[in-house]
Amino acid sequence: MNIHEYQGKEILKQYGVKVPEGRVAFTVDEAVEAAKELGTEVVVVKAQIHAGGRGKAGGVKVAKNLDEVRKYAQELLGKVLVTHQTGPEGKEVKRLLIEQGCDIKKEYYVGLVVDRSTGRVVMMGSEEGGTEIEEVAAKTPEKIFKEVIDPLTGLNAFQARRLAYNINIPKELVNKAANFMMSLYKAFVDKDCSIAEINPLVVTGDGEVMALDAKLNFDSNALFRHPEIVALRDLDEEDEKEIEASKYGLSYIALDGNIGCMVNGAGLAMSTMDIVKFYGGEPANFLDVGGGATEEKVTEAFKIILRDKNVKGIFVNIFGGIMRCDVIANGIINAAKQIKLDKPLVVRLEGTNVDLGKKLLSESGLNIIAADSMADGAQKIVSLVK
Amino acid sequence: MSILVDKNTKVITQGITGATGLFHTRAAVEYGTQVVGGVTPGKGGTEIDGIPVFNTVKEAVEKTGANASVIYVAPPFAADAIMEAVDAELDLVICITEGIPVLDMVKVKRYMEGKKTKLIGPNCPGVITPGQCKIGIMPGYIHTPGKVGIVSRSGTLTYEAVHQTTTRGIGQSTAVGIGGDPVKGMEFIDVLKLFNEDPDTEAVIMIGEIGGTAEEEAAEWIAANMKKPVVAFIGGQTAPPGKRMGHAGAIISGGKGTAAEKIAKLESCGIRVAKTPAVIGETLVEVLKERGLLDKVMTK
Repeated sequence: MNIHEYQGKEILKQYGVKVPEGRVAFTVDEAVEAAKELGTEVVVVKAQIHAGGRGKAGGVKVAKNLDEVRKYAQELLGKVLVTHQTGPEGKEVKRLLIEQGCDIKKEYYVGLVVDRSTGRVVMMGSEEGGTEIEEVAAKTPEKIFKEVIDPLTGLNAFQARRLAYNINIPKELVNKAANFMMSLYKAFVDKDCSIAEINPLVVTGDGEVMALDAKLNFDSNALFRHPEIVALRDLDEEDEKEIEASKYGLSYIALDGNIGCMVNGAGLAMSTMDIVKFYGGEPANFLDVGGGATEEKVTEAFKIILRDKNVKGIFVNIFGGIMRCDVIANGIINAAKQIKLDKPLVVRLEGTNVDLGKKLLSESGLNIIAADSMADGAQKIVSLVK
Repeated sequence: MSILVDKNTKVITQGITGATGLFHTRAAVEYGTQVVGGVTPGKGGTEIDGIPVFNTVKEAVEKTGANASVIYVAPPFAADAIMEAVDAELDLVICITEGIPVLDMVKVKRYMEGKKTKLIGPNCPGVITPGQCKIGIMPGYIHTPGKVGIVSRSGTLTYEAVHQTTTRGIGQSTAVGIGGDPVKGMEFIDVLKLFNEDPDTEAVIMIGEIGGTAEEEAAEWIAANMKKPVVAFIGGQTAPPGKRMGHAGAIISGGKGTAAEKIAKLESCGIRVAKTPAVIGETLVEVLKERGLLDKVMTK
């Protein structure tokens, strides 16, 4: 789960990670009011959307007085920002962070991720702050330093100092930077983050070590123990169909194509998209109805697929293991009747009671095209939507 | 004959009194698996389907001589259940539970260091040695005893591969679902090592997906060490970056972990990659024919 920068900074502040003073604003007046409260000469007006690359897309403005704050707030609120992470459709700005300006001496990068190969949390640092870490990794990998963290001890002070020295933090600020890193790690673990990126971390003219930006992502598996994080969810930032799907325990991701896919199991769902593409079609979505695909779930899944106006046909690909094919067939038939499905529907069933399942489909009187295999099904649906 | 589990494996179910745990325990018993006990704290001293239930894993092991455990405990308590099984010195723990917080698994892996227990999963279908022992949620009847090992990050894709081999007259030595989480127990290489040493496994199907670099690492290991042919499939060629494709571990992040990279690496290491999930079985047959192994692998 993602949250906004201003929310991330509020969390970090609770852990003693230094961040610039700031206020969130939903309207132009609130933005001006926030700037007044902050009282500094220079304030920064930052668009709050769940995507990186806001600076380059014109979503971050430095205002030298309240008139400029008003001007930039007017400009940014309601604007659709297109960054390399939003996709071409962009994201509308509905919230602003109004923040004290600060005297930046140098920018650095510090990030925490869960590293799969070691099974540990790893802190990464670089003196190439302000640049995407992937870009640094590709161009100058020698400038990225890592500390693998033992969950028993947490990030040790010596590791934090070593990382600070490695990324050339000014000597007199190394201890401050080390404390910053240790606080960041504490926040990461306490809040079950999956990613915490401070890019840039800055050292300022008055000798502070600060998080100028903050990107926190949270492990959705751990949200059950963090109601305070769930409360920060901004539904405006999420796909409406994905929200709807999650209510029914369906795993759904919208894509650009026109063939709706309904599959059981994440791996098979991904591969079904692949095989549709292999035969020249474009999948409209990823959808995993899960192992226990009940009739209700199948009905909801159909409804969600059909909310996507691009969908011209549906491919159901089910390997009935524990779930019997006849039960699935009945679910499909009832769902198709209930929603009065008027688009081509190709169904490939395999597994337990497959013959009975196929028989039910063919005797349903519905226009359901049965496929003999996954490849056959993919080819059929591709030719039907052309 | 097989890896990890066989007819001598004695299993306990952690979370046996829950609906899922009981359902799959019954299916395992029906398949012929030796389920010798169950664990549900607070229900010790009772029986379910004639299977004794214990309060702790340690007690269950002492009383039943179990050497493996399968976990159907809810996500908030599953990490603790794994550590309890490790503490009781079981040889093998298979965790089916999906949705365990990743930082819980980081702790579990640390806890397991230096201990003897092998962990499969979490978020996996389990392990089956056809005709001998089924531990997990896979449909038993699609399997046939045979000589092809299967190792996979996905449940339903494993069933696809099993089905495609069985219908071609090729049985399986053992099918292992290692699970879809980013931090887990055994990885591809750990399982491949076992298949490599298993006298009755002649070839291996490896099913990977987007996210991480486990497939790339396995490809290098195979090129350097594997004596038996390996056929691979990678799911998620059309997956968009930055989106979690159902499995917690199936995500392309920072442009890394794409299917294209994995396929390129596997092919450069001489491993045949099935073009679509529909031709995994066919691709295996092709490779076996080329190596003159098909007759040896066909189930009589």
